[in-house]
Amino acid sequence: MKKEFDFFDRPKVQKALSGIFVGAFLGLLVLNFFFPKKAYFVWDAWPAFYALFGIIGCVLLVIIAKGIRYIVKKKEDYYG
Amino acid sequence: MDNVFPPALILIIGALLIPFLKGHIKSAYMILLPIVAFLAILNIPPGNYQMFSFLGQDMSLRFDSLSLVFAYVFVIIACIANIYALHVKGDRERVAACIYPGAALGAVFAGDLITLFIFWEMMTFAALFIIWSNKTAGARAAGMRYLLMHLFGGLCLLTGIIMTVHNTGTATFGYIGLDAGLASWLILIGFAVNAVVLPFHAWLPDAYPEASITGAIFLTAFTTKTAVYVLARTFPGAEVLMFAGVAMALFGVCYAIIENNIRRLLSYHIVSQVGFMVAAVGVGVPLAINGLAAHAFAHVLYKGLLFMAIGAVLYRVGTAKASELGGLYRTMPLTALFCIIGAASISGIPFLSGFVSKSMTLAAAGQEGIMFVWLLLTLASVGTLLSVGFKVPYFTFFAKDSGKRPPEAPLNMLIAMGLAAFLCVFIGIYPAALYNILPYGAIFAPYTIASVTIKFLFAAGVLLAFIFLLRTNFYPAKLLAVNLDVDWFYRKLGLGFLKLLGVPLAWLNNLGSRFLLEIMPKVLIWFGKNPSAMLKVAYLTVRSPFSSSPGKFQKEAQDIKAVYPNYVFQPWSIGFTMAFITIFLVLYLIIYYTL
Repeated sequence: MKKEFDFFDRPKVQKALSGIFVGAFLGLLVLNFFFPKKAYFVWDAWPAFYALFGIIGCVLLVIIAKGIRYIVKKKEDYYG
Repeated sequence: MDNVFPPALILIIGALLIPFLKGHIKSAYMILLPIVAFLAILNIPPGNYQMFSFLGQDMSLRFDSLSLVFAYVFVIIACIANIYALHVKGDRERVAACIYPGAALGAVFAGDLITLFIFWEMMTFAALFIIWSNKTAGARAAGMRYLLMHLFGGLCLLTGIIMTVHNTGTATFGYIGLDAGLASWLILIGFAVNAVVLPFHAWLPDAYPEASITGAIFLTAFTTKTAVYVLARTFPGAEVLMFAGVAMALFGVCYAIIENNIRRLLSYHIVSQVGFMVAAVGVGVPLAINGLAAHAFAHVLYKGLLFMAIGAVLYRVGTAKASELGGLYRTMPLTALFCIIGAASISGIPFLSGFVSKSMTLAAAGQEGIMFVWLLLTLASVGTLLSVGFKVPYFTFFAKDSGKRPPEAPLNMLIAMGLAAFLCVFIGIYPAALYNILPYGAIFAPYTIASVTIKFLFAAGVLLAFIFLLRTNFYPAKLLAVNLDVDWFYRKLGLGFLKLLGVPLAWLNNLGSRFLLEIMPKVLIWFGKNPSAMLKVAYLTVRSPFSSSPGKFQKEAQDIKAVYPNYVFQPWSIGFTMAFITIFLVLYLIIYYTL
C-alpha cells in the first residue's frame, strides 16, 4: 500500500517547525529593534509593540467572543 | 460623446443563451463570456456616456478609475468561479450566476441613480435565484429572508432616489453626503443593507452558507462590494460610516471566532472585511479611497479562494463543520495549500495581496491621526488572523485527525483555486499591477523593512497566543451550536409577535362570523315566522314585573311560546279588517294630497 502523506504529523517535522517559529520570532524582534517604523501615534513605533498587540489583542478578543457565545449560543436545531 | 454598448448587457443578454447550449460548448461559453466582457471594458475610453432618456432623466454610463477597479475584479472572479462551477449541470444557477455579475457591472458603471437602482434590484433577484438553486429547505427559507431584507433596502433606496430627484431635479449619481436630510439618510440605509452595516447584516451569514458551494463564490463577490463602491461615491468622509465600519469589523471577527460552520464563519468574516472598507469610506481621504478599492479587489479574490477551498471540502466530505473536520491535508494537499494562501492573504501576511491592500486603510487612519479607528481596526486584524488566518486551515486540514480521507478536489476546482491563489501571490509581490489602476494612482509604498518586520511580528504574536490558547483549552471549543444574531428578531420574535396577534384576532374573527353568519340569520328567520306573536311575548315579558300578578303574564307568554309559530294573535272578522284598511287608505290620501 502507498504510504500516506503525513509530513506534518511526524514528530521531527513538528519539532523543527516549532524551532523555526521561535527562531524567526526572536530574529524579528531584533530586526524590529533596529528598523523601527515611522510612528503615527509615538507609541506604535516602540520595539515589540506589534508582537505585544498581537498577543494581548488575541486574548482580549477570545475573552470577548466567549462572552458573546455565552449569551447567544443555542442548540443546533434551535430554528427548527 | 459616442455611444457604447454597456458591458453589463454582454453578460445579461449572454446569460439567456446558456440554456440552449450543451456540453463542452456550454462550458467554453461560460468561461469566455466574462472574458469578452473584460475585453469590452478595456476598449471603452474613460468618460461619461449618455444612453437615452427615461422619465425625463438621462440614463448614462460612467467609466472612471473607481468604477473600473471594481469592474475588473468582477469579471475576473466571474471567470474563475465559472471554471470552479464547470461540473454544475442545472441551468438555473448557471443563468443566475451569469446575470448576477452582469448586474453588478451595470451598477458600478451606472452614471445616474435610476440606472443604478435598476441594476441594484437585478442583482438582488439574481442572487436570490442563486441561493434558491440549492434546492434545500434551508436555502428556500434563507432566500425568503434574504428577499425580505433586500426589498426593505431597495424600497428605502427607491424612496430616497425619488425624493432626491424631486428636490434637486436631477438623478445624478455623485456625492450626496448627509446634509440633504431624510432623502440622503434613506439612500444611505438602502446602501447599508447591501453593505451589511449593523444591524442590517444578518441576511449575509444567514443566506450565503445555505447556497450551493458554487453559488457561494458568486455571492461573496458582488453585492457587498458594489455597496462599498456606491458608498465611496456618495458618502465619502461621512463620519457615521467610520463608527459603523469599525463596529462591523469587530463584530464580524468575534462571531467568526465562535462559529463552527466554516462557511458561516467566512460569511461573518465578510462582514468584518466590508467593515474595513466602510470605515475607509468614513475616513474619506484619497489614501483611504484607494485603500478600500484595493481592499475590495484583493478581498474578492482571497475570499473567493477561501470559499472555493472550503466548498471543495464540503463537496468531498459532505460537511463544512469544524467539529467534524481535521487532518484533511493528507489527501487534499493542494486544496490545503490554496486555503493557506487565501488565509494568509486575508490576514495581511507580506508578499500576498492582503498586505498591500489592507495596510493602506490602516495607514490612512494612522496618517489622519484617527486613533480609535486605527486601534480598533488593528484589533480586528488580530481577529482576522485568529479566526480565518489560523483557525480555518488549521481546524480543517490539520488539528485532530478526523479519520476522513477524501480524495483531492476535482481538476476544474483545482484550476480555479490555482488561478485565484496565483493572483493573490502576484498582487502581493507585484503590487504596482493593482496600484496603477487605483483611483488616485500609486501613492503608497507598502514594502519597507520595518513594515514587513512588524507585520510578521504581529502575526507571530497572534500565532503564539493562538497556540497558547489551544494548549490551555481556553480557545472557544468546536461546538455543534447556532449563535443567535439580529435575524432572531425576524425569525423568532417576529413569529412570536404574529402568534401573539393571531390568538385574539382569530377569536374575534370567529366570534364575528358566528354572530353574523349563524346566530343572526337563525334569529331573524325564527322571528319572521310570526312577528306579532313574538312582539306580544316581548310585551308580556316586559310588562310582567310591573304588574300586581306577574304570574299571569308569564303564563300567557309561555303559552304563546309553546304553540309558536302557530299562535293566532287576534281572530278578526273580515268587516273589521276592511274598516281598518279603509281608515289607513283615507289617512294615506289625506297625507299625500296635503303635504
